[in-house]
Amino acid sequence: MEPLDLDISEGELELPSEPMMLNMGPSHPAMHGTIRIVVELSGELITKADVQIGYLHRGFEKMCERGTWTQVFPYVDRCNYVSPMLNNVGFALAVEKMMGVTVPERCQYYRVVLGELARICDHMICNGAMCMELGAFTPFLYHARARDIIWDIFEEETGARVTHSFGRVGGMAAPPTQYFKEMIRAGLPRVQKFLSDSERLLVKNRIFLDRLEGVGRISKEDALALGWTGPTLRSTGAAYDVRRAHPYLVYDRMEFDVPVGTTGDNYDRFMCRMEEIRQSMRIIDQALEQMPDEGPINIDDPRIMLPPKGEVYTTIEATIQHFKIVMEGIKVPAGECYSYTEGGNGELGFYMVSDGSGTPYRLRIRPPCFAVTQGLEQMITGLMIPDVVPTFGSLNMIGGECDH
Amino acid sequence: MSKQILELLQARFPGAILETHSQFGDDTAVVDPAVWREVARFLREDPRIDMDMFVDLTAVDYLWQGAYPRFEVVCHLRSLQYGHRIRIKARIGEEDGSGADIDSLQPIWKGANWFERECFDMFGVVFRGHPDLRRILMYPEFQGHPLRKDYPAQKYQPLIPFRDVPDKLPPFGPDEGMSFGRQIHDQHAGYANEEAPKPPEA
Repeated sequence: MEPLDLDISEGELELPSEPMMLNMGPSHPAMHGTIRIVVELSGELITKADVQIGYLHRGFEKMCERGTWTQVFPYVDRCNYVSPMLNNVGFALAVEKMMGVTVPERCQYYRVVLGELARICDHMICNGAMCMELGAFTPFLYHARARDIIWDIFEEETGARVTHSFGRVGGMAAPPTQYFKEMIRAGLPRVQKFLSDSERLLVKNRIFLDRLEGVGRISKEDALALGWTGPTLRSTGAAYDVRRAHPYLVYDRMEFDVPVGTTGDNYDRFMCRMEEIRQSMRIIDQALEQMPDEGPINIDDPRIMLPPKGEVYTTIEATIQHFKIVMEGIKVPAGECYSYTEGGNGELGFYMVSDGSGTPYRLRIRPPCFAVTQGLEQMITGLMIPDVVPTFGSLNMIGGECDH
Repeated sequence: MSKQILELLQARFPGAILETHSQFGDDTAVVDPAVWREVARFLREDPRIDMDMFVDLTAVDYLWQGAYPRFEVVCHLRSLQYGHRIRIKARIGEEDGSGADIDSLQPIWKGANWFERECFDMFGVVFRGHPDLRRILMYPEFQGHPLRKDYPAQKYQPLIPFRDVPDKLPPFGPDEGMSFGRQIHDQHAGYANEEAPKPPEA
């Protein structure tokens, strides 16, 4: 019996050269979010990619056409379930833009503070999850603990940790609690501590940096044409932040910087988010400083706001008013309107068509990460399989929002 | 600022801008669908307008309002340099949903790709010249277009048929896999109702 390896010279070895198709997802341990990427591989290089979404489609827009305007709030909560408060505020502002009302100043500050807290959560989880997928589990746990501090504040304020459904047209569901400011002032330094701990673990780590720097680049022009907004767009150098470019609520009174990157690679996206967390904390500090302690939260308009419960039980007028608002819904003037705010991932838009009744005729959500995810295909083509993980992680695709 | 864009548009495409308005501060131009792509190209390439950000593209089904071209394709744009926005719309489609086709904007903004696929998926609007027009949120076997007003919201199209076990009560059937029975919100119809819904009474 002759040994097998004797006669084989290197030149005769033929490796299979036809491209290999590989499915990543829809359920894959290294990807957060339910998404399927069909990649065509030549060796380990990706020559073609097809990103398929839709696994979390729940018919958000169709459902919104069946209830009243107020009943949309629980649905928007579940669109971006990492920062539901930003969606709540965004939708409330959209309906208020259509009705031509403005909430009292105290409520505006309240919305800013709660919204920025949600933004901190959003960015922390995105960065933490990306680290986790790269094998750095500890920073994720630090971030999760920091997020828990913020969730405790949310629980105290709204009664729910994740899906608050706290926004209302013309105000909020409840006024700030007695120790609102103290709670946040005590909590944020602890969040800051966890953040700097995790940052120290990461930004000088050679392995971490090698997998981020120069990977998943995109040019500013491409990002703009793809409809990117938010931290992912800013990482390419375009300083577009809705809070700065088209200020809403009281953002024009706040001092904050808009961090931008230079090359639009994974590292820039990571650092943009890190810096934005710090800027959000600055905004919260200023907002707490300026927020009045007394004053109404809801606008005084019987067409929109429910009457006080005590009156509903004792007077006929309040009972009728309550009944009309609950059964028929708030009447929004007929027309069409596009309202946009800065969500966790970028410009969160609502395009609404009203026929003058209490039900939306058409409610279109413009989810920021839908546009961001469509750039993935272009970014991972030409990269290797392991680069998909940080690139996808740094885009922060939120399934509920992307798939409506 | 954005009002000037509407004037520029009207000067460049006389007769093709059917209507303009600025409701709630959003400047809008209703465009003849025949020049849809030319208008978009003009908005993108004219240095005075420079709409380089593709914001949104969607459609609205005006069946219940009795509008004749049934669908309205709505596109939102923004300029990074000037910070102004505009909404352009085009009305297309017969009453039965046929003939709803319009030029694709994908050659002008790459970002139109997925938005147009979604619009095709949800409304059945066909974009001419789109490189890869297939369903995006629904599965390929899905019949119909869910965001059309005549698509019943309660309709079921399961990929795997429901199990039919003779002596068993739900959870078999449409309730399978749900921890609770499906509630019937519409008093006049069960969940198997697959008739086209009627517009709400005024």
